[in-house]
Amino acid sequence: MERQTPTRRQLLNAIGLIGGTSAVYAMMTTFGHAEETRFPGPPKLDGARKGASVIVLGAGLAGMLAAYELEKAGYKVTILEYQGRAGGRNWSLHGGDTYTELGGATQKVTFAKGNYLNPGPWRIPYHHRTLLHYCKAFGVELEPFIQFNHNGFVHNIDAFGGKPQRFKALAADFEGNVAELLSKSINQKTLDTQLTPEDLERLKEALRNWGMLDGDMRYTKNLRSSSHRGYDLAPGGGVPAAPRPSDLFPLDDVLKSGVWNQMALYMNDEMQTTMFQPKGGMDMIGKGFAKQVGHLVTYNAKVTKLMQDKSGVAVTYTDMKKGVTATANADFCVCTIPLTVLSQIQTNLPDKKQRAIRAVPYSNSVKIGLEMRRRFWEEDAHIYGGHSFTSQEISQISYPNSNFFGDGPAVLLGAYSSGPAAYRLAGMTPEERIEAALAQGSVFHPESYRKEFVSGASVAWSRVPWVMGCCARWNEDTRREHYQELVAVEDRTVLAGEHASYVGCWMEGSLLSSLDAITRLHQRALEA
Amino acid sequence: MKRSFLPALAFLAALAAPAFADDPGPGGERPPVPKGGHQIYVFYCQACHMADGKGAAGAAVFPSLASNPRMGTAVYAINLIEKGRGGMPWFSDQLTPAQVAELVNYLRTNMGNNYPEPVTAEQVLPFSKPPLRER
Ligand SMILES: Cc1cc2nc3c(=O)[nH]c(=O)nc-3n(C[C@H](O)[C@H](O)[C@H](O)COP(=O)(O)OP(=O)(O)OC[C@H]3O[C@@H](n4cnc5c(N)ncnc54)[C@H](O)[C@@H]3O)c2cc1C
Ligand code: HEC
Repeated sequence: MERQTPTRRQLLNAIGLIGGTSAVYAMMTTFGHAEETRFPGPPKLDGARKGASVIVLGAGLAGMLAAYELEKAGYKVTILEYQGRAGGRNWSLHGGDTYTELGGATQKVTFAKGNYLNPGPWRIPYHHRTLLHYCKAFGVELEPFIQFNHNGFVHNIDAFGGKPQRFKALAADFEGNVAELLSKSINQKTLDTQLTPEDLERLKEALRNWGMLDGDMRYTKNLRSSSHRGYDLAPGGGVPAAPRPSDLFPLDDVLKSGVWNQMALYMNDEMQTTMFQPKGGMDMIGKGFAKQVGHLVTYNAKVTKLMQDKSGVAVTYTDMKKGVTATANADFCVCTIPLTVLSQIQTNLPDKKQRAIRAVPYSNSVKIGLEMRRRFWEEDAHIYGGHSFTSQEISQISYPNSNFFGDGPAVLLGAYSSGPAAYRLAGMTPEERIEAALAQGSVFHPESYRKEFVSGASVAWSRVPWVMGCCARWNEDTRREHYQELVAVEDRTVLAGEHASYVGCWMEGSLLSSLDAITRLHQRALEA
Repeated sequence: MKRSFLPALAFLAALAAPAFADDPGPGGERPPVPKGGHQIYVFYCQACHMADGKGAAGAAVFPSLASNPRMGTAVYAINLIEKGRGGMPWFSDQLTPAQVAELVNYLRTNMGNNYPEPVTAEQVLPFSKPPLRER
């Protein structure tokens, strides 16, 4: 596609759009209005009726947290789980694991000991207080997740003749050029009606320092700009110590690279540093929860029917190991089964609830893990954790966040895609996916990518047998028409999970949803 | 000309939304473009309905599109592709009406279905809706 260089005005508009929300956010925090968390602390559920029972459907984080808090409150709790493991989407694939996707393709994961792929959740923002609270309470050890790495690459097939560039150089050139353009518009007095002369002076000063402009308010090749974008020859010691500045990129290519997309990503509240990951794999969280409530779980239990009446709840399920069908009864039910699956389960929930259950499509995504013989991204490219982005289908590759400088094989995230790109990858066989990941990812590390490759594993969420999608995708219409209906306690049943929150596709959302759901269900139980 | 830059902004708006979720970072916006009904099926539908169109079953079911009498009613498929239902996502934000018509024509004349009367993009248009901001 042929794209033109934008006019200055168009560019300023774009900046206004990107900066707008974070500016508002900054203002709100200054006045103490922005709350970072909705976690009030663990719930206080007093006065449960002796012997009252709750059946929880699904042993993901939402289900296990519900079970944990309800049992603590005195309820008799049981959990039915489709899989032979707890954790749900909180999941890791380790060496030795076997995974069969819908359609029957089976992958044997052969990663070295200690190596893993987090096919689903992989990072935790510092303000997801609920999750952090329970990680601490259940002894799950966390380590930093390197979210923002200036030295990662940005690759766009439409820019720089298809050659990847370092994020820091692109971002510096974008900001430098913007600062220069904005300072010109100050000189042309286009901002005079909005700002006082003093503020205009402050703004100029800000532009000079933020954009690394020179004395003439120009963004040029010199040691100032290089101190952001990187040097041609870095500062050294002794005789040859003097640094040499680097060439600037043509603005046209900088814009075509779309680097402002990455810049905006890192500004996002949910994507800001500091982020964390559990040591040893994301599934350590699910395992931590399962240590508390694993004794309550019936595994390999496929729920097929959910009925309730004045006297209680009856859940029909198939024991998939034995191939027998049974019914479990309880006074109340917390259902955390993803909507994709729940929409095909027979229930006698009222029509409007069933319509809500069917109204929310799920996103799709694909992740591919590639085990490499050595850490060439660290050794050769000086990238320690973080991401490189591309306009190709694989979308991004991400580097491991632990065991830096280690010898021996390490697992790289070789793709994390969604949308059309991910549908196509999902439609491939696991072998074809690996080949696509190698072919496309080679653009970043051409000398080593194929040479050091050992083995790979992929998860296409559309083909995951127990969720058949990634996460609930709400929009303004469906939120308005269906959200409150979806989360409302219906007689003796309440739905919970990632899909029943405004923190969609985050573990925090499934936990917050769970706490709110059981608090309301407990109220209902007290009234009953 | 304005058009050249504004679509990029529209794209940003589209991306700004999934930032609510854990999604891949910006990238992947240039996947290959499918040509013809068969390729559209392979790129978008095979992920769930499988290469042979026979679907699959786990905790729930991806129904078979092969030898499926419902394909006899073109608007049934069109409606579902544009609006989605349960585990079947909508594609109104990813496929053009012309692509949906090509796809439906392909499905109606392959995989054991034999309904040769073609549908056109004009017939698809009334079912498509503008994409909404996610939140
Ligand atoms: C690709 C991807 C990336 C993500 N990245 C992040 C991230 O970086 N950080 C983050 O915080 N979150 C992330 N998330 C979101 C996070 O994984 C979810 O929000 C959370 O794990 C959902 O928990 P849940 O309990 O609501 O649902 P689930 O974990 O899906 O639990 C539902 C349970 O129900 C079971 N079940 C299904 N059908 C039946 C049935 N018929 N009978 C019985 N049981 C059944 C399932 O097996 C499952 O165990 C990501 C998700 C994906 C897919
Ligand atoms: C994420 C998985 C997924 C993808 C991708 C998908 N489908 Fe579906 N499809 C489903 C599910 C699940 C159903 C059943 C929906 C229900 O509960 O009614 C379905 C149902 C259908 C039906 C109705 C079948 C019947 O007998 O009622 C048609 C037709 C269909 N899909 C066509 C398509 C086409 C064409 C595409 C590609 C553009 C596609 N689907 C992509 C999951 C998917």
